[in-house]
Amino acid sequence: MSQSSRPRGAVGQPIDRVDGRAKVTGQATYAADVAVAHVAHAVIVTSPVSRGRITSMDVAAARRAPGVLAVLTHENAPEVPAAPGEEKGAGDRVLQILQDDRIVHADQPIAVCVADTLERAQHAAGLVSARFAAGPARGAIDTDLGSAYVPKTAGPGQKPDSSRGDVAAGMRAARARVEATYTTPVETHNPMEPHATIAVWQGDDRLTLYDSTQGIFGVRKRLAEVFKLEPDQVRVINHFVGGGFGCKGSPWSHVVLAAMAARVVRRPVKLVVTRQQMFSLVGHRPRTIQKVALGARADGVLTAVRHDVVAETSRFDEFVEGSATTTRLLYACPNVATTHRLVRLDVPTPTFTRAPGVASGTFALESAMDELAYQLGIDPVALRLKNHADRDPDADKPWSSKSLRECYRRGAERFGWSRRTPTPRSMHDGRVLIGWGMATASYPAKQMPSSARARIRPDGSVLVQSGTQDIGTGTYTIMTQIAADALALPTGVVRFELGDTMFPEAPLSAGSFTASSTGSAVKMACLALRRKLAELAVADRRSPLHELSPDQIDARDGALVARGRRDPYVDILRRSGQPEVEAEFKTEEKAERKKYTTQAFGAQFAEVRIDRELGQVRMSRYVGAFAAGRILNPKTARSQFIGGIVWGIGQALQEHTARDPRTARAVTRDLVDYHVPVHADVPDIDILTVDEDDPYVNEIGAKGVGEIGITGCGAAIANAVHHATGVRVRDLPITLDKLL
Amino acid sequence: MRPFSYVRARTVEQAVSAASPTGAQFVAGGTTLVDLMRLEVMRPPVLVDITALPLDAVEAHGDGVRVGAMARNSDVAHHPLIERRFPALAQALRSGASPQVRNMATVGGNLLQRTRCPYFRDLATACNKREPGAGCAAIGGYTRSHAVLGTSDHCIATHPSDMAVALVALDAVIHVRSVTGSRAIAAADFHTAPGGRPDVETVLRPGELITHVDLPASPMAARSRYVKVRDRASFAFALASAAVAVELRDGAIASARVALGGVATRPWRSREAEQALVGQPVGPETFRRAADAALAAARPQRDNRFKVELARRTLVRALGLATGSDRVARGGAP
Repeated sequence: MSQSSRPRGAVGQPIDRVDGRAKVTGQATYAADVAVAHVAHAVIVTSPVSRGRITSMDVAAARRAPGVLAVLTHENAPEVPAAPGEEKGAGDRVLQILQDDRIVHADQPIAVCVADTLERAQHAAGLVSARFAAGPARGAIDTDLGSAYVPKTAGPGQKPDSSRGDVAAGMRAARARVEATYTTPVETHNPMEPHATIAVWQGDDRLTLYDSTQGIFGVRKRLAEVFKLEPDQVRVINHFVGGGFGCKGSPWSHVVLAAMAARVVRRPVKLVVTRQQMFSLVGHRPRTIQKVALGARADGVLTAVRHDVVAETSRFDEFVEGSATTTRLLYACPNVATTHRLVRLDVPTPTFTRAPGVASGTFALESAMDELAYQLGIDPVALRLKNHADRDPDADKPWSSKSLRECYRRGAERFGWSRRTPTPRSMHDGRVLIGWGMATASYPAKQMPSSARARIRPDGSVLVQSGTQDIGTGTYTIMTQIAADALALPTGVVRFELGDTMFPEAPLSAGSFTASSTGSAVKMACLALRRKLAELAVADRRSPLHELSPDQIDARDGALVARGRRDPYVDILRRSGQPEVEAEFKTEEKAERKKYTTQAFGAQFAEVRIDRELGQVRMSRYVGAFAAGRILNPKTARSQFIGGIVWGIGQALQEHTARDPRTARAVTRDLVDYHVPVHADVPDIDILTVDEDDPYVNEIGAKGVGEIGITGCGAAIANAVHHATGVRVRDLPITLDKLL
Repeated sequence: MRPFSYVRARTVEQAVSAASPTGAQFVAGGTTLVDLMRLEVMRPPVLVDITALPLDAVEAHGDGVRVGAMARNSDVAHHPLIERRFPALAQALRSGASPQVRNMATVGGNLLQRTRCPYFRDLATACNKREPGAGCAAIGGYTRSHAVLGTSDHCIATHPSDMAVALVALDAVIHVRSVTGSRAIAAADFHTAPGGRPDVETVLRPGELITHVDLPASPMAARSRYVKVRDRASFAFALASAAVAVELRDGAIASARVALGGVATRPWRSREAEQALVGQPVGPETFRRAADAALAAARPQRDNRFKVELARRTLVRALGLATGSDRVARGGAP
C-alpha cells in the first residue's frame, strides 16, 4: 500500500476487522442462523419449463406427508401484488409469487412446502407434481437480435443512447480503425451465503424479517407494500451478509413467499434458497453482445468511438446492463456514440452484478483499445495516456480528482511493463507461453443520502447506529474508525451497529457507495454529538470551557479542548445529569459536488502462462494500481481490490451460466459446473493505491473500492492471452477450447 | 430427500447380507451418494453404512499392492508404495476433487461415482441413466462436458473418475464379494458402456460389495503417468485425461497401456493406441499415431468437438512424460 503520509487517527490505518473474530469462530449470526422459537421451514418447488401454463397440480401427497403444515400454490396462495408500486427502486423486480398459472422462466416458483423440519419440507417438495402446457422458449439473444428494443435507461441516471461530435466524420478521419464484436456470457453471482429469510408475524399487522440482503430498508418498503402495511410495521434485521455482489440488492420472490407462508401457517418460517435455485431466483449478469468501433490518427489520438450494446432482459421485467456507459467518459475523444438495446427472453430477470455495466463494458472497450494499439504499433499504456481525459468529456465537467496517470505509471513500474516485448508469442518459458496485458479500470464514485446516530454513555463508551449493511466489505470496521476519529476516541470504546430498520435509514450496500454515503453520515452524526457536548459544556459554569463558543472547541483524547483547557466527555455527561447524549444526522448531496464528476480510476496489469499444446491459461502475476480517494482502511480496501480482481479472473477465464439451447433452462446449476476461481487459480495480487485528497467527493474523501477491482480486469487478462498466443478471444470466458 | 432406512454393518458378511433387498446402496464416504440423494436423483430405500468395515489398508501383496475398498483417496494418493510403484495412480488421485473430498472419498466409492452430466442431476430433464426409457436430454443440449467415445443414442454422459482411468492403465483387479461368494474383475472390464442400458454402469451384480483392489507389479507401472486437463487449476473434472504405462527396451516401446478419461462414457482403455505404440520408437510421431488411433472412433457432439484434439494432445503429453522424452517445463501446466 501507499507509504505516503497518513493523517493521525484510526482512519487510514490497516486495522483488523472488528467482526473478524466473530466470523472465523462461527459466532456471527447470518440470517438463517438466527434462533427463532417454533420456526417452520419452507422449501420452494420450481418449474421445469420456461414458458407456458400450469394445467394441473397434484399436491395431495405433499399435504399428507409427515410434518407438513401447508402447501402453497397459485390455487391457494394469498393474493398480493407481484409488481412493484409506482415508487419502485432501481432494483425492485416483478416477482413470481404464486399469483397465477403462467410460467415465464424455468425454475420459477410454483409451490412452497412448509413443514415442521427442513427435511420434511424438502421431502414434501419432492412429492409435488404438476403438468404444463409448455410453449417454445427463447434463451439466447444471439438468435433473436431482430426483436431488440430501446430501453428506458441504460441504468440509473443514464440515457440509453449518447452522442457527441460526429462519429462518422471521426471514422473517416482515422488512419487506423478497429471494428469488432465482443460478447460476455450470463454470469451468476453465487455469494457463498445463499439468500435466506426468516419471517415472523406478530399478529396480522407486524412483520419481522431476518433477511440476507444488501438493503434492509428496500426490503421493508417492498414487503410493507405487498402486505398493505405501513413501513414501520415491518422490521428487517440483518447483522451479517455472506456476500451480495448485487443479487441481494432487492427483495426477490423468496422473501415474499417466506412471509406469505408464515402468515398462512401462523408460525415463523425460515426459507433458504438452494444453490440450484441461486441460478434462477435471484438475478444474474445478462449476456451482452457489444460492437465497438474505434478510429485513431497515426499517433494514437482517438478520432471516433462507437459502442453498441445488446443485452438480455426477461419477458416480464426490464433490467439494462449499461455496458457502454463508461465508454462515454473514459477517453478524451470528440466523437463518441453509444447505444443500448434489449432483447426479451424466457429467462429470469437479470440484475446488478459487481460493477454492473462497467465490468462487461470495459472488457469490450479495453480489448478494442488493445487491438488498436497493435494496429498502430503503439504501446498499450502509451495509447491510453495519449487519450487521457483531463476532464469528463461526456458531462463536460472537471473531475473532483483523478490520478489515472499516476496509476499507469506506478502500476507499469511495479509490473515491469517496460520489459515487455510486444510481439505476440515472443515471451515464453519452454512450452509455456507468457503474456502481459493491461487495461484501464474505472468506476463512478457515488453518494446517496444516508443517516446515522451516535450516543455517548456515562462510561464514555459510544454507540453509533445506522441501518446500513456489512456485505463482507468491512463496513463495521471502517464506520468504527470514522466514528472514533470524529470523536477523538480510540476505536475500542466505539461500537458500531447496523442491519436493523429501527436504526436511522441508510441506502443499499451497493454501487461502491456505502463508505461515501454512510461513512459521511457517521462522521456527521459524531460531529453533531460533539457539538451537543460542546453546547452543554459552554453553558455549564462548572466546565473549564464555560462561556467559550462551541465553534472554538476541538476534541482530543476523549475530551473537548480549547485554549489549553479540557473537559472530558464523561465529565460533561455526568454534570449534565443526562443518562446519555445522542445526535442524529442525515446527509444530503452537497451542491458543490454537482459541479464535478466523481470517479475512481485504476490500471490493471496481468501476466498469464499458457501451455502451448493444451491451452490451459493460468494467471501467474497481477498488479492493480488504484486511485479511489482516501483509503479508509488499507487492509479491508486491499481485500476489496483483490476480491474484485478475483472476480475479474472468473469473468475472464471461467464463469458462464450455460442454458439449454432448446429450453432456455440453466444447465450449469451448481458450483461444480459453474466455475469460479479456486485458490490455485489466483496468483499473488499486488495492490498499489495512489492517495488522493479530494475535498469535493464527500465528507470523508472516499470514492469507494468495492467494484473498481473487476473493471478492466477481464480485458487485461484477455489482452495478456492475446500477447501470449496471438489469439484474440472476444467471447468470454476464455476457456482452453478457444485456444487449441 | 426421500425417507430411507439405515443399517450400519460391522463386518463384510453383515454388509453383503444387509444389502440383499432391491435398491439397497452401500454408503462409504458419501461424497456422491449423499449429494445425489439430496437432489432426489438417487432414492435408495435402504442405506448400508460400511464405514466401520476393516477394509482400509494399503499393503504389499505378493509382488504388488493391495488397496482396501475403504481406503481414503488421500491415504492412497500419498502412500509411499503407491507413489513409488504406481505413480499414475497417485497423480490421478491427487488431481481429483479437493483435499476435503479426498479425505472422505474411498477407493470403492470412487469406482462407483456417478456421472456429472448436468442433465442426469436435473430432475426436470429426461435421462435414461436416471429413469430408463425416459430419453436423453443431453443429446442436442449443452454438451461441452460430454463424452466423445463410447456413447450411444441413449447416453453421452462422461465417466467422471480420475482414479479409475489410472487403474485401467495399471491392469488393476477389483475384488468383490456377495452372499454367494467372491470374484475378481479386471479394471478395464469393470465399467460398461451405456449402449441401450445407461442405468447399468458396471458389471457389479446387486448386493455385491467391492472389498479391495489389487495392483499387480509390472515393469510398466513404475513408468506410468497421469495427465489431466481441466478448466481451472483444481477442483474440476477432466476435460480430457490420459493414464499411460509403458515399458521401454532399446529406445522402443516394449509394452504399453493407455487409458483416457474425461472423454468417454467409461474409463476408456485404448487397445488401438497400445497396438500403435508397441514395437515403435519413442518419439512424437509414434505418440501422435497412437493418439490418432485412440480417437479414431470419436463421435463428438455440438459443444465438445474440441475434446477430440484435446484428448490426442493430452495423450501425447502423457506418453512424452512417461517415456522421459518430454520434460515438464518450468512453471508449466501438468
